[in-house]
Amino acid sequence: MNLTLKIWRQKNKQDKGRMETYPVSNISGDMSFLEMLDVLNEQLINDGKEPVAFDHDCREGICGMCSLFINGEAHGPGREITTCQLHMRSFKDGDTIHIEPWRAAAFPVVKDLVTDRSALDRIMNAGGFVSVNTSGNTIDANTIPVPKADADKAFDAATCIGCGACVATCKNASAMLFTSAKVSQLALLPQGKVEAHDRVLNMVHQMDLEGFGNCTNTGACEVECPKGISLENIARMNREYLSASVTGE
Amino acid sequence: MSLDAKIPAGPIDKKWTNHKNNIKLVNPANKRSIDIIVVGTGLAGGSAAASLAEMGYNVKAFCFQDSPRRAHSIAAQGGINAAKNYQNDGDSTYRLFYDTVKGGDYRSREANVYRLAEVSASIIDQCVAQGVPFAREYGGMLDNRSFGGVQVSRTFYAKGQTGQQLLLGAYSAMSRQIGKGKITMYNRHEMMDLVKVDGKARGIIARNLITGEIERHSAHAVVIASGGYGNVFFLSTNAMGSNTSAAWKVHKKGAYFANPCYTQIHPTCIPVSGDHQSKLTLMSESLRNDGRIWVPKKKEDAEAIRAGKLKPTQLAEEDRDYYLERRYPAFGNLVPRDVASRAAKERCDAGFGVNATGEAVYLDFASAIQRYGKEQALVHGHDSNDKALVTKLGKEVIKSKYGNLFQMYEKIVDQNPYETPMMIYPAVHYTMGGIWVDYNLMTTIPGCYAAGEANFSDHGANRLGASALMQGLADGYFVLPYTIGDYLADDIRTGEISTDLPEFEAAEKEVKDRLAFFINNKGTKSVDYFHKRLGKVMWNKVGMARNAKGLSEAIVEIREIRDEFWKDVRVPGELNEFNQELEKASRLADFLELGELFAMDALQRNESCGGHFREESVETSGEQEGEAKRDDANFAFVAAWEYTGNIAESKMHKEELKFENIELKQRSYK
Repeated sequence: MNLTLKIWRQKNKQDKGRMETYPVSNISGDMSFLEMLDVLNEQLINDGKEPVAFDHDCREGICGMCSLFINGEAHGPGREITTCQLHMRSFKDGDTIHIEPWRAAAFPVVKDLVTDRSALDRIMNAGGFVSVNTSGNTIDANTIPVPKADADKAFDAATCIGCGACVATCKNASAMLFTSAKVSQLALLPQGKVEAHDRVLNMVHQMDLEGFGNCTNTGACEVECPKGISLENIARMNREYLSASVTGE
Repeated sequence: MSLDAKIPAGPIDKKWTNHKNNIKLVNPANKRSIDIIVVGTGLAGGSAAASLAEMGYNVKAFCFQDSPRRAHSIAAQGGINAAKNYQNDGDSTYRLFYDTVKGGDYRSREANVYRLAEVSASIIDQCVAQGVPFAREYGGMLDNRSFGGVQVSRTFYAKGQTGQQLLLGAYSAMSRQIGKGKITMYNRHEMMDLVKVDGKARGIIARNLITGEIERHSAHAVVIASGGYGNVFFLSTNAMGSNTSAAWKVHKKGAYFANPCYTQIHPTCIPVSGDHQSKLTLMSESLRNDGRIWVPKKKEDAEAIRAGKLKPTQLAEEDRDYYLERRYPAFGNLVPRDVASRAAKERCDAGFGVNATGEAVYLDFASAIQRYGKEQALVHGHDSNDKALVTKLGKEVIKSKYGNLFQMYEKIVDQNPYETPMMIYPAVHYTMGGIWVDYNLMTTIPGCYAAGEANFSDHGANRLGASALMQGLADGYFVLPYTIGDYLADDIRTGEISTDLPEFEAAEKEVKDRLAFFINNKGTKSVDYFHKRLGKVMWNKVGMARNAKGLSEAIVEIREIRDEFWKDVRVPGELNEFNQELEKASRLADFLELGELFAMDALQRNESCGGHFREESVETSGEQEGEAKRDDANFAFVAAWEYTGNIAESKMHKEELKFENIELKQRSYK
């Protein structure tokens, strides 16, 4: 198929940026969206032009590196997939496709479609862990039974890949889904309960410092999340936050 | 230099304990004045960085991704082995040790493997304490499953995302230390070279991938945990950015590179669909617990399927050839990866392949769906003869076990694997070879360590499933934190290493010149053009089956591609900016050198062992006819290559492998 691409080009953080138009041809439906961009870049290099910068790594939907706002949707059309799992069979011959980077104050553009998502790392640094040192003498893993339902829920929350689609999708650029996924995972497990109060307070505090917006329960984040992280996690984080605020010192 | 593996004396089950008791320690106050650089933040690097920082060292961690959480360990699917014997099925440290040595086709170092098996149980305890949500049974206890090449269930898992959960555990531990300032994290940084001062590893030159700035970083020790080099094949299950540069640079500075030809070709990957393909996707080995592998018995059926005239579900049971169950009744679909891959290639080469290119076999879940469905119907008091209900219940069980894998498959292939069998074919997945290390994980450069897939140490010529995660975490959590202290104990009075030393200046200049060369070269072909060509030579002549003629040709062809690359590569953009083509060019330059050594090593090893299959070395008679033939008399050694300034003249050193606890015998899975 032949397509028209309208792509955001921005040389660096300081540059203003603009949309540019590129035609591509002979695109097969079996190509992933990123492989289609590979074709474009190969073409640009051969024409002596600068290829489009975009983030990608594992290309199997798990590393969370790829981003892209495609036709107004994070990771493009399709549910519970990342951009690398989006295949060109989702488009038809003659389509015009708009490709933009994640847009959020907390995610400045590095170049073209690449953004800086280190704000998410800093939220994790503030409390996204259990304070246990490496030791060959921790208790046996089966000493504390964990109800399967809790373990499963914790796992579902833990599948977040930290891509930032929730932030890019949210009209407030809120990172509540991301933050709540980690808060929930650890709050649901006995190992994480000990520090649950400090964790939620510190992570939410850092989230606010980074300039992410608040949650107004639109629910778009859940729809666009490639891992289907549930809004329930935000509710759980709010409960945890409230209880920590009331009972904390 | 002679190779000394520094294996401690004493009986195998006491070696590690004795060694730890006699190792030198660094007191907490002194640790604060010692810096350690860790390159790579996957399971090995991430766990090492976190543990070393917890102990009090100042850690500088580097990754080329935008966050340490994205290292490719994240994509490991199936699970992690540990000799916990929770299933009461006869597992033990010895058995895990034995299975790993046998699975590696007797080409690994006994003492290292035993230690790996020994610390495996602690890994599970540690990860659970960190909040890693492993799969559990209804009683709240941890669940296990089985993997290839073993007859026990010792694999712990978190659906098909075990690597992700373990890496996020290590990342969490790192995050805690980053928050405390004990780890300084350098995201989007690439190691460009190692800096040696007085023969010791004392730092690295790194490129800030956002600004293009070349930076000097010093330390008292450098840990290379940068993963494997499967991308030398262009197409592999590795991430696009996975590269050999850190390991290769260290090799060129004096670290021996061991067994470069040992590559794992994983049997269950999604087949190649066309020339546009940029990478291959693995379907976890855990699927072989429940999936049965087959091709049509009759060639005409295979042809009809390839032409789209026949569907696999229409083929009667007696017209299917479950070739693994037929050839290897004792292990069936769970033979080790190398055996399963060669068997698939054999059937496809014989004309029984089932996709358009004839390079695919089926992985079928229909009988598992029925088996689980019946069980569920009985458990819940439903009619177990109600076929529709049984199928529905069975699909639910399969979904709970492998849901994300089935989803991945459907997205890529556009077929529903609950309804029709998956199509799979072998693909490059893991490299057992790597930087040579001694028992302490130190390379032949003092102060330079290698951990995880980047080293060669534990898997011999073939890695068993669910053992990569085990090794990465064992190295990082439980081995390096002890052994590195033994070396650093002598460095407590050294003080900070200055980056103004002439060694840093020289290394930096070399890096800058090389990068400037690429930008100024203004050739006519893109980096990918050369990478794809290299990949084709590697896959066709240094792939699943190798012979002397093909390997000799490959060596010449790789050199030609390399010469052309340096003459004609085009790298657009500038030096001092975010420039992905420049990153790729720099990495490919290293792959083009490694590829040659890889083929030389494969040529020298005139035997078949594990993932290395030489067509000249096959059993010609008896029960094992057609199987790979090892040559213990001549090849029971580790080939450790020394760089001499020219790849073709690399010098091979032998570390003889002594088997004192396991009898060397032919690997039989029949």
